[in-house]
Amino acid sequence: MQNPYLPREAEIVERIQEAPTIFTLRLRFTDPAAQHAYNYVPGQFNMIYLYGVGEVAISIVSDPEETETLDHTIRAVGRVTRALSRLRPGDRIGVRGPYGRGWPLLKAQGKDVALITGGLGCAPLVSVIRYIVARRERFRRLMIMQGVKHSDDLIWHEQYRRWREAPDTQVLLAAEIAGTGWTWHRGLVTALFDRTSIAPGETVVFLCGPEPMMRAAIYELGQRGVADGDIWLSMERNMHCGLGHCGHCMIGAPFVCRDGPVFPYPELKVLLGVKGF
Amino acid sequence: MAERTQFLPRGDFCHLLSALTSAGYRCVGPRVRDGAIVYEPIASAENLPRGVHDRQAPGEYRLEQTAEPRFFAWANGPQALRPLTFAGRDKLWAAERRADGSVEFTGEPPQAESVAVIGVRACDLAALYVYDRHFMQTEHPDPWYTARRQNLFLVAVHCTHPSLNCFCASTGDGPRATYGYDLALSELDEGFLIEARSAKGEQVLAALPVRETSAQETEMADREIESAAQKQVKSVPSRNLRDVLFARLDHPRWNEVAQRCLSCTNCTLVCPTCFCHDETEVPSLDGRRSEHYREWGSCFTQSHSHIHGITIRADTRTRYRQWLTHKVGSWHDQFGRSGCVGCGRCITWCPVGIDITEELAVICR
Repeated sequence: MQNPYLPREAEIVERIQEAPTIFTLRLRFTDPAAQHAYNYVPGQFNMIYLYGVGEVAISIVSDPEETETLDHTIRAVGRVTRALSRLRPGDRIGVRGPYGRGWPLLKAQGKDVALITGGLGCAPLVSVIRYIVARRERFRRLMIMQGVKHSDDLIWHEQYRRWREAPDTQVLLAAEIAGTGWTWHRGLVTALFDRTSIAPGETVVFLCGPEPMMRAAIYELGQRGVADGDIWLSMERNMHCGLGHCGHCMIGAPFVCRDGPVFPYPELKVLLGVKGF
Repeated sequence: MAERTQFLPRGDFCHLLSALTSAGYRCVGPRVRDGAIVYEPIASAENLPRGVHDRQAPGEYRLEQTAEPRFFAWANGPQALRPLTFAGRDKLWAAERRADGSVEFTGEPPQAESVAVIGVRACDLAALYVYDRHFMQTEHPDPWYTARRQNLFLVAVHCTHPSLNCFCASTGDGPRATYGYDLALSELDEGFLIEARSAKGEQVLAALPVRETSAQETEMADREIESAAQKQVKSVPSRNLRDVLFARLDHPRWNEVAQRCLSCTNCTLVCPTCFCHDETEVPSLDGRRSEHYREWGSCFTQSHSHIHGITIRADTRTRYRQWLTHKVGSWHDQFGRSGCVGCGRCITWCPVGIDITEELAVICR
């Protein structure tokens, strides 16, 4: 029987510093057959293993059609991620995955897509932005709404500028605390709803970020007539196995690793925001 | 089934052990160690807890020795099949770093020896049904669980001596074992009614010096099992409490029970259906090798729900609520049944005697 817990070796081919504590690792499996066989959808994640330290769940941000490498954007906040931040090209790590349910991109085809993110939790949605921008004709309007605590926290300035140039694409950014030179909105991401128009029934909404921000966004969307079933969220929980075995990531019945991390809002509605779940 | 039930005289019980040994099984069964019934390798019937009774109450477990002839005149011990299938610690894989910086991963699928477990209770079989669904009948079957599980031979013994903490009759899981075993025994003073339920059970049974069971023996055995159900003093309010529990997440009892609960994790470690575990990394001192383990975990710890900067369940109230709403609530969505099999272990081994049936009665009233 196959050992589902066993990582495969991957090499860091590039390390990109995105912000003081945020970096992207571009990886390639050292076994070409493993690299060739690997495929995923935006929103899925890998368990990344650092030798002697342990594993951590990280979402995949590259385009699924980029078959030579895969990217993970990581914020150095914990025991494993801080150690991962010290890696350099040529270093080896372990990877197993992809795991979980990704974003419903087929369902979103032919519709308006609103992507709303908060804080530094935008990585799982960046893969979606890139995916849609690269296949722009399959989707209608694209609305990208990103909120950060401090304007210095915003990463990918250049990409946001480029995405803004894509056809029929609106980029709206907000910072609660704005430093000098910030030309975008000052305040919460939810205030950006007044600067765009969301067409209920024709729009699919993807949310990612801190749960209070997602709940506030869901409230605003409800006010604008967006049905619960058109809203999808990416959730974050403690994960050890990634396979639905270890029990750390449950939110009520769903295992975030296996049934998520992307959920249609109705599946989480009852427990979202209830302290302790 | 009744007409196929055979009778094994007490003096011939040793033949069951030798038949299992001849069939290639290592026999594991109940014996007394450190004042409790534990399941460990047994060499002969002499190892069994003859004449032993257990007295259980909330937060209390005591054994009593009598001169009675029975081997299985007790309810249960802190554990039964759980450590034999889902081990307390398993090495999942190891990584070795070579001089050139490359990392090699090795994790051979485990080999498991064939084990016959004597004295499995109906509640333990119900728990195994849940574990099978969680670890084996899933998209990524667990090789360790699967290897051990597939090499098990299960000899059930219908319960005749429930403890004060037992409530399997109300969960629908006992005291009679009705599925999931290879052989099932009913114990009478003179010997055992024995019945096979699988092909390998039939094979072992065929090697035993049994005779036909008399109608009187069958009636006596049935009566003892029925009486074991009637003797149970605890019960759950209903077999499916999911909706009522999730409607009462703000019930004041969660605060009240949190004042008593020590968040010690005992209930989750003795529970035969709790499956939470942690993966841990153990690097060698010379830095050339690192091993990756899986160990039993518990939703009562802070680290269980910790993500950077946030602990989802920072207090005992939310941890106890997580455990109970999962165990008898969302378990229905995950496995099609409650996670509580009525064994009463969480009540017995709780150092402050928190009683799951009492908490449910108050919260669901």
